[in-house]
Amino acid sequence: MPFNFPLAPPQASSLAPEYDAVFYALLALTIFFTGIVLAAVVFLTVRYRRGTKVDRSRPVYEDLRLELSWTIIPLILALVMFYAGAKVFVDIRTAPKDSEEIFVIGKQWMWHIEHPNGVRENNTLHVPIGKDVKLIMISQDVLHAFYVPAFRTQVHVVPGRYTDIWFKATKVGEYHLFCNMYCGTQHSEMCGSVIVMDQRKYAEWLANNGESVPHLTMAQAGARKFNSVGCANCHGGTDTLRAPSLVGIFGKKRVFSDGTSLIANDEYLRESIVNPYNHITAGYGQSMPVYTKDQLSEEDILNILAYIKTSGGTPDSPSASLISESAVPVETSKHNGDTPLATNAIRAQIPSSDATPTVRTGHPAVGAIAARGINP
Amino acid sequence: MSATSIGTSEFPKQGQEEVNYLNYDHTLRSWLTTGDHKRIAILYLISTTFIFFLGSLAAGMIRFELTSPAGVVLESETYNKVFSSHGVIMVFFFLVLALPATLGNFLLPLMIGARDLAFPRLNLGSWYLYMVGAALMLSGLIFGGIDTGWTFYTPYSSMYSNTQVSLVIIGIFFSGFSSITTGINFIVTTHKMRAPGMTWFRLPLFVWALYATSVIVILGTPVIAITLLLVVFERLFHLPIFSPELGGDPVLFQHLFWFYSHPAVYIMILPAFGIESELIANFARKRIFGYHFVAFSTIAIAGLGFLVWGHHMFVSSQSMYEGLVFSLISFLVAVPSAIKIFNWTATLYKGNIRLQSPMIYALGFIGLFTVGGLTGLFLGSVGTDVHLTATYFVVAHFHYVMVGGTMMAFLGGLHYWWPKMTGRMFNDGIAKWNAVLVFVGFNLTFFPQFIVGWLGMPRRYHYYYFAPEFQPYNIMSSLGASALALGFLLPAFYLTASLFNGPKAGSNPWGAHGLEWETSSPPPVTNFLETPIVTDEVYDFDPVSEYEQLRAAQDLLDEGGNPGGSY
Repeated sequence: MPFNFPLAPPQASSLAPEYDAVFYALLALTIFFTGIVLAAVVFLTVRYRRGTKVDRSRPVYEDLRLELSWTIIPLILALVMFYAGAKVFVDIRTAPKDSEEIFVIGKQWMWHIEHPNGVRENNTLHVPIGKDVKLIMISQDVLHAFYVPAFRTQVHVVPGRYTDIWFKATKVGEYHLFCNMYCGTQHSEMCGSVIVMDQRKYAEWLANNGESVPHLTMAQAGARKFNSVGCANCHGGTDTLRAPSLVGIFGKKRVFSDGTSLIANDEYLRESIVNPYNHITAGYGQSMPVYTKDQLSEEDILNILAYIKTSGGTPDSPSASLISESAVPVETSKHNGDTPLATNAIRAQIPSSDATPTVRTGHPAVGAIAARGINP
Repeated sequence: MSATSIGTSEFPKQGQEEVNYLNYDHTLRSWLTTGDHKRIAILYLISTTFIFFLGSLAAGMIRFELTSPAGVVLESETYNKVFSSHGVIMVFFFLVLALPATLGNFLLPLMIGARDLAFPRLNLGSWYLYMVGAALMLSGLIFGGIDTGWTFYTPYSSMYSNTQVSLVIIGIFFSGFSSITTGINFIVTTHKMRAPGMTWFRLPLFVWALYATSVIVILGTPVIAITLLLVVFERLFHLPIFSPELGGDPVLFQHLFWFYSHPAVYIMILPAFGIESELIANFARKRIFGYHFVAFSTIAIAGLGFLVWGHHMFVSSQSMYEGLVFSLISFLVAVPSAIKIFNWTATLYKGNIRLQSPMIYALGFIGLFTVGGLTGLFLGSVGTDVHLTATYFVVAHFHYVMVGGTMMAFLGGLHYWWPKMTGRMFNDGIAKWNAVLVFVGFNLTFFPQFIVGWLGMPRRYHYYYFAPEFQPYNIMSSLGASALALGFLLPAFYLTASLFNGPKAGSNPWGAHGLEWETSSPPPVTNFLETPIVTDEVYDFDPVSEYEQLRAAQDLLDEGGNPGGSY
């Protein structure tokens, strides 16, 4: 493993450069005084070591001017450095008035974060770049400390009282979030990351309930799969020559070409996807492709089953949009503006009653099914 | 300092085994019932050395575990117990008392020309209190351990931890009383038992340091004792003090804890300052530069040290203005510390410096304490502390002060007064190289921790697999710890060996000044056969005439010669 020797933490907040200026000033002071003392010690020790031929006459034992100068100069430097540090501290502690508020609960051993619109996350905090964000925090049990090195800020998270920190992130990326107050057995695992996003992505992320892609129900995911692997090409709103319609199939009796029959339950439906030729519905041939595990995972199958089940639902339910491609959310989010509100357009694409007009025009048959006109 | 003793002719003749405090009675009973400060110092030396190696063992386990980002052998639960043990042992059972109770106990009466401490039986009692406390603490660590860290922050310690917190706290309580009794003893002794002519400004600076330390101990220790007892009451009886669930305030604990524990840092370092002054003056063969400033800076540190506890709490939810005030006072404490450093350095000017092992430790101390003190500015500065607090930067800083400062001075002092305590000289060649090893090993161990702390590595973390950038520094630190461990182990061997085969030391092997060097080595039971009368100033060296004598005696130029040669 190649070792890197990083010498400074990343600077990712508006406070970081201001903080680092004071830090490096103190560092310069430290190096300067350590250098002076070490140089003096080495020089004097070598020069005045036992037996060297140097002038030792009239040794000095006390010198008021010298004492005062190395009292007053450090005192002035100390006061200057105090002022610089105090100024940074006041800035770190004083959140701008119109900061966006996010709420943090610390508990053994995780960070629970709530955004005002209801999005919740654990051990990860998403924030927008370039905005003043104020975290209002409390602990549910013992003391914790919310520490983001890249932001140069930290505060204890205390049970029984609210504490807060603020920052304005300046660089997109993922940064360490540490609990920095010992809080028990898994203290060192009470960490995570702060993810700084650009403002548009952050707004989308918030609008999508904290998912980078829109959040889908099982039936919605199943609908998407139903289309993408090609089920919808044959299994339409009505029985066709190639394949029976699946609308409302769940729980119905199916009669097969060999004369046997079964109730269409989960087991049967799964088998019909995985091994379609075990039971061939009366009147159809061996035309359905066999799907391997790579094409359809068990999770996909569960989702597809959920989708099929909903297709027997009430006309005004979201499931009325069965087999409508346009009703299925697409991977590439479309938005038509730069404001955070633009993401509402994405939400609108999630299957809902809003989408039914499309369904009606594009697939008249489905509209009929939705009205419970036909039973396959 | 020269002292005229009446009746020195009564000293036993050369070659005859003198009766001293070590050999007048060899029974174990005579040791366990002794009132002799010198024997009690030896008892303390043995017990604190044992405790120190236990604490070091825990440190070794911590360093071993941190070589890998996901730990090596320990579970997190065990790791937490190990670092808590390290802290509790080193702070409460080693650092706060090792220097006063061993070297201080041995030397305070000798340095002021007294026969013993003011209350010999109280002195013995303090050792028993310490032993009871240590036994309770160790039994707590063995039967369950503690996982709170040495700071016992509430409400974790009072309501959440399922470990032996109460037992260990009771142990600390006992050990605290041991410190208090020693402190009272030192204060009374310094006031009442100085030899004729030993005025306050003729006191060796080690005595000033012990005096200031004792004042802090008796003012501060009762606070920590009561605070920790309140934690026990909340644990056992749910007395509502610190837990918000019961109606208490967890931050109140931090105020009370640091009200003692910050001054405790000065309890640990002030005796080291005192030793440092002795070593620098005696090996530079020159009176300490600015004696009054060094003495008063000790008192200033002791006083101001009580007003800075809030700098441990800048991010603890205390008010912003509180943080600013505590920061200002913390910066003021930096000034007397700087005064000391500059005065020690200035003492070297026009000296006649002997680079024997205690001096190597003393010079190492100046370097390490300078770094330790200056990095304290980063933490006393309220703004920069926000990012650095509770990271490895803090760990590095206080180890530079506690190990680089206190331990270096302790080792230097132990080497310096070893011939006085035992009557034997050790191998100074090995000891010099050991001092260099400790210095190098120490820097290798703790310097990388400054960087990794600045990068943001929190202290008390068992794992850091999510931040692999911390690993190289941790590996360097662990390598350094191996060297440091060797540097601490070697003296245990060569100093012990000197008891059996070391040459006899004579009363003043370093040619030093001070009343303790005017009596035999080891000293007689009563320290001085006659009460010394002090007529001269402290550290009354004359480097000029010494140098001239030295040039005259060419054969003494050889550094490898007998350090016992006095001229």
